[in-house]
Amino acid sequence: MPIQVLMPALSPTMEKGNLAKWLKKEGETIKSGDVIAEIETDKATMEVEATDEGTLGKILVPEGTADVAVNTPIATILADGESAADLGKTESKASKTSPASVQDVSKDVAESRSPVGEGKPMISDPPRSAGSAISEDPDIPAGTEMVTMTIREALRDAMAEEMRRDDDVFLMGEEVAEYQGAYKVSQGLLQEFGARRVIDTPITEHGFAGVGVGAAMAGLKPIVEFMTFNFAMQAIDQIINSAAKTLYMSGGQMGCGIVFRGPNGAAARVAAQHSQDYSAWYSQIPGLKVIAPYSAADYKGLLKAAIRDPNPVIFLENEILYGHTGPVPKLDDYVLPIGKARIARTGQHVTLVSWSNGMTYALKAANELAKEGIEAEVVDLRTLRPMDTDTIVASVQKTGRAVTVEEGWQQSGVGAEIVARIMEHAFDYLDAPVMRVSGKDVPMPYAANLEKLALPSVAEVVAAAKAVCYR
Amino acid sequence: MVASKKSVAQAAGNGSKSQPPPSFTREQELHALREMLLIRRFEEKAGQLYGMGAIGGFCHLYIGQEAIVVGMQMALEEGDQVITGYRDHGHMLACGMDAKGVMAELTGRRGGYSRGKGGSMHMFSKEKHFYGGHGIVGAQVSLGTGLAFANRYRGNDRVSLTYFGDGAANQGQVYESFNMAELWKLPVVYIIENNRYAMGTSVARSSAQTDFSKRGMSFDIPGEQIDGMDVRAVKAAGDKAVKWCREGNGPYILEMQTYRYRGHSMSDPAKYRTREEVDKVRHDQDPIEQVRNRLLAAKVSEDDLKKIDAEAREIVNTAADFAQNDPEPDASELYTDIYR
Repeated sequence: MPIQVLMPALSPTMEKGNLAKWLKKEGETIKSGDVIAEIETDKATMEVEATDEGTLGKILVPEGTADVAVNTPIATILADGESAADLGKTESKASKTSPASVQDVSKDVAESRSPVGEGKPMISDPPRSAGSAISEDPDIPAGTEMVTMTIREALRDAMAEEMRRDDDVFLMGEEVAEYQGAYKVSQGLLQEFGARRVIDTPITEHGFAGVGVGAAMAGLKPIVEFMTFNFAMQAIDQIINSAAKTLYMSGGQMGCGIVFRGPNGAAARVAAQHSQDYSAWYSQIPGLKVIAPYSAADYKGLLKAAIRDPNPVIFLENEILYGHTGPVPKLDDYVLPIGKARIARTGQHVTLVSWSNGMTYALKAANELAKEGIEAEVVDLRTLRPMDTDTIVASVQKTGRAVTVEEGWQQSGVGAEIVARIMEHAFDYLDAPVMRVSGKDVPMPYAANLEKLALPSVAEVVAAAKAVCYR
Repeated sequence: MVASKKSVAQAAGNGSKSQPPPSFTREQELHALREMLLIRRFEEKAGQLYGMGAIGGFCHLYIGQEAIVVGMQMALEEGDQVITGYRDHGHMLACGMDAKGVMAELTGRRGGYSRGKGGSMHMFSKEKHFYGGHGIVGAQVSLGTGLAFANRYRGNDRVSLTYFGDGAANQGQVYESFNMAELWKLPVVYIIENNRYAMGTSVARSSAQTDFSKRGMSFDIPGEQIDGMDVRAVKAAGDKAVKWCREGNGPYILEMQTYRYRGHSMSDPAKYRTREEVDKVRHDQDPIEQVRNRLLAAKVSEDDLKKIDAEAREIVNTAADFAQNDPEPDASELYTDIYR
């Protein structure tokens, strides 16, 4: 029975890709291991290898087709003795289909470190209806043209603009230059700025974090990329003891303007050592600023602000969001204030406070709640330190109820901090105890079902919001 | 305890050390004496003030090691940077930082270099190109490499002098830094002050390779063992290493063989070594006595030398008076200098 070749996924978060090229023609003999096609995402190009022997029977998806969903049949392979006449009786059992093995052309040694989320639009605000007006962003002048781009591109543009503006700004980290970034965030920067300013480091987080801090003490403005913040634990002494504390310990003489950036939080299917949210860790430290945006525009405007800030800034990105798209204002110099939350959705019944990928759950939950007549106000913190307590408190004073949403753990978490601030500043306005939706109190498991259980869910946010509304 | 049985000079005894170092001019000898005496008298006073309770926390004295910073500083040019660990008072004085500001920082007063917020281990002076003063063992090695990175990035010919001890030399980030420094040809002189004890653990008990000049071998960084008790040898080695870096050849390692007379910190009774061991180094190799004896042999009068000592004592006494009478920082300073 003919075997189907399916569109393969490079990573657990990839949902679609382009079929760039067929390397075999219909009727050609195929041996196991032959490269039969090339597929590409915005991150990488991959070769599709056959895992079965036979003849390429029919190409189902022609080359040049864009946005082919993962697991779509792209070709059929005929076994010995089969002919094109057999094509009608394609085996559809998953076990018989050929999950073509995937090989990254660029020999992606960091593959386990770099799954990607591709081309997903950001969760949009709910449709306008009474009681759920979308708030206009006061940071964007009316009538500004908006450009849709991925968060990956927004980050790249932010760095490129700041590097054009100031020769003291440079980027260093693992695979940032020739490889174009493990997550392709630094795509094209080496070509534009050269090896002096886009610097591949050895895999030595502790050492290059210290080198970056030393360069910053000498007055340069380094952007230090960690391939993920999980690896920054090797460097955390330099971040906290050297970067965050020196201004204070020098009586204001010697500061350190530096950005540490990279993906933070849960990735997909990479288990406990590669999936952890460090929001609470860094946001505890006086001397650091901590930024964790959600929208593409915020990623751009806040990274530019971080690079210009004379203090050490931890810029927590989210791997799942890298490939998501959103509107970014087309302005020559779009810089946002650090420390300002944004009302992502207005509502009067309950306040949902979140940041980074937690916003995905919060906004979806708000849409669900609206169907049941509960209008949630969603506060996107954007910056965790300094935290915009005023915006949180003002919202809670209006709604009287709040739920925090985060992917990190509860104990000593950012949600716990928000709850404490609400209690300190808006206790008399509360109509119900504040609830926290968070990652579960376990290391991140690998199995797909357990991983899902370990993360917060839209249903949990909906349930918590209803609970605080006594519904 | 193998190392502790050798004299410092014997331990330093590789082939090149058999030749005497190039001699100093009389002016150089007098300069070195003045600088070393200032550090010694300063540290003695700091020890006293600590005993009186005027200085708190940790206080690591540099007595015995003075020739290293003084000799190295004589090899530098204006704009070259210095960074070190927590045994930093000598480095600051050698960089030209004011004794009053250093002492007032030790006593936690507002006139201190860090306005009383850093203490003994954390002082800085942009003006004098002194980048600290770092309390985490080995952290300054990556930071000093970063200073050199900035020099290379800017295309100037400044050199970073990065000091650390035999204890820090076993930290992982030191080797991460060595690798990057050689890979990128960064102008940094790594000065390993081997005073034979990492706190209470002798070099022989803590280090598989006790020849620290070889610690850069797997990165192709040249290194030398130097008699760190002889200021002339230090200066000569410093000249060579700094020139190497300034010419764009990458990093250089100098192992300075030295000895600290006092405990690791003021709270260390130093039971891990004998009184005789300390006395022998003091008697045979004291860096200040070596210069004094050469000057006396060159017919400088005992009176002239005493005058130099008196000048050092005067500077230190003034600093100590200031440091004890300067007010503590204003309470409002608690919340300043966290962000800029």
